[in-house]
Amino acid sequence: MNNAIVIGQYVPGNSLIHRLDPRMKITIIFFFVIVVFFANNIISYSILTIFAILTTLSTRISLRFILKGLTPVWFLIAFTFILHLIVTKEGTVLFDVFGYKVYSGALIQGFAISLRFFLLILITSLLTLTTTPIEITDAVEDLLHPLKKIKFPVHELALMMSISLRFIPTLLQETDKISKAQASRGVDFRTGPIKERLHAIVPLLVPLFVSAFKRAEELAMAMEARGYQGGEGRTRLRQLKIKGLDILVFLFFLAVVAALFWTRNY
Amino acid sequence: MRECFIEFRNVSFRYGDEQPWVLDDVSFTIYKDEWVAIIGHNGSGKSTIAKLMNGLLFPQKGEIIINGIPVNEQTVWDVRKQVGMVFQNPDNQFVGTTVQDDVAFGMENRGFAREEMVNRIDEVLQAVRMEDYLLTEPHRLSGGQKQRVAIASLLAINPEVLILDEATAMLDPKGRKEIMRTVSEIQEKNEISLITITHDLEEVVQAERVIVMNSGKVWAEATPRDIFKQKDDLRKIGLDVPFVAVLADELKQLDIMIKNEPLNHDELLEELWTLHSKM
Ligand SMILES: Nc1ncnc2c1ncn2[C@@H]1O[C@H](COP(=O)(O)OP(=O)(O)O)[C@@H](O)[C@H]1O
Ligand SMILES: [Mg+2]
Repeated sequence: MNNAIVIGQYVPGNSLIHRLDPRMKITIIFFFVIVVFFANNIISYSILTIFAILTTLSTRISLRFILKGLTPVWFLIAFTFILHLIVTKEGTVLFDVFGYKVYSGALIQGFAISLRFFLLILITSLLTLTTTPIEITDAVEDLLHPLKKIKFPVHELALMMSISLRFIPTLLQETDKISKAQASRGVDFRTGPIKERLHAIVPLLVPLFVSAFKRAEELAMAMEARGYQGGEGRTRLRQLKIKGLDILVFLFFLAVVAALFWTRNY
Repeated sequence: MRECFIEFRNVSFRYGDEQPWVLDDVSFTIYKDEWVAIIGHNGSGKSTIAKLMNGLLFPQKGEIIINGIPVNEQTVWDVRKQVGMVFQNPDNQFVGTTVQDDVAFGMENRGFAREEMVNRIDEVLQAVRMEDYLLTEPHRLSGGQKQRVAIASLLAINPEVLILDEATAMLDPKGRKEIMRTVSEIQEKNEISLITITHDLEEVVQAERVIVMNSGKVWAEATPRDIFKQKDDLRKIGLDVPFVAVLADELKQLDIMIKNEPLNHDELLEELWTLHSKM
């Protein structure tokens, strides 16, 4: 069961996107999210779509897997589309559905907004698919660094994130162990009415919490014994470095953005 | 005369003003490069001693001197550079998300340069035979492997003394052997003092000297062989006497002449097969 534990949805690989600096990925996504809202005609939408498709393909992760990861969002996308069909009343009437008139403007707008939504979700999900959680943590710490000036606890936040990542598998293993131990004593988690099942969770949660607090206390002591005194004067083993590849990719992204703004007025 | 490294001078400690004394007027000395085992029943104050040595706790009475420095709130960070400590639970001291990150943790705290960290990581992981696990996550390691990583991460900062507080207590026999082997190799190769804390008499045989704790007091201080001779008294203070020692006693009662107190199976065997030549 050990090997079944995967945190997040990271898919190991060595593609161009995998190798990109995580800060670069986050920066590009940040600007992509903004730029998407500037697309206003078929050409600018096409440029964004082609960019998203190219990026997706270059992760070398199976398309099926990526789309499966988006399952919960399909519903939202469909909902947005239908909402637009009902609410928007622009252009000519195309056809009638049970007395509701569907306008051409509604069709176009519904499609555009859903596409926008889809592109946003797709690009952001590529981040977690190609970046390990610890890389994301490092990148967040680095990008938030300027906030230290206003006393925002950047280092502490990053340490908290990385310790949580470290302990998630340990706590999952422990949950598994305790639930088996309780099941062997006749506690039934899986059948019966909801109320009884909720009741059965209690003997699972109590030992789990007790042990988590004990762990936290011992970990704090071990960290102190190993010389931890906060972020001040601390060096880092894992260091992020902007490579030539990162700059190239960023320039490419800038070109895409430029093309988008240029085609907006067509 | 060997150089003295850790000195407890009439140390008394309790966890609160209303609570009973956990350590009561404890004095002992540990020398440079020495291997000392501290043994005692559960609750006899062993872990408290270890935490006092590392400045995780401070005594209410008496004084603790580490390498000439009295331990107090001003000196604790200097002391912690010299005293490395492995705790009982392998999981609750593993900070990094991978082996390499965990070994680096102590060095990062002390501001080591990156290149130096990379070199030291390789070196110390080889010393504990974990060099093949550089990028492995903790939940894929056995308890014994995690404890070896913990030892490596301490070696990385070059401590003068290594304290193992029941570091093998949660391991299976195989893991236990691995740790004991690793530790004795390190003790041989480096100039380092070693303090192994245990409640298992089997684990004291390799030490040069044993300090036996009982209810917060030093009950005895002697070589493992001399300690093993006091079987009945050891049992009285709640310690399990190893099988070999019990067997040797039974043999003696049958008038089989065993001169040396055997510490392990091999020594007992040696005594037995040379029996005739001695007669
Ligand atoms: N944090 C604490 N608060 C109060 N009492 C404690 C604490 N830790 C240990 N003790 C008590 O101190 C005594 C010695 O504990 P300890 O040094 O852990 O013994 P050992 O390691 O030999 O089993 C025990 O009676 C224990 O209950
Ligand atoms: Mg203890």
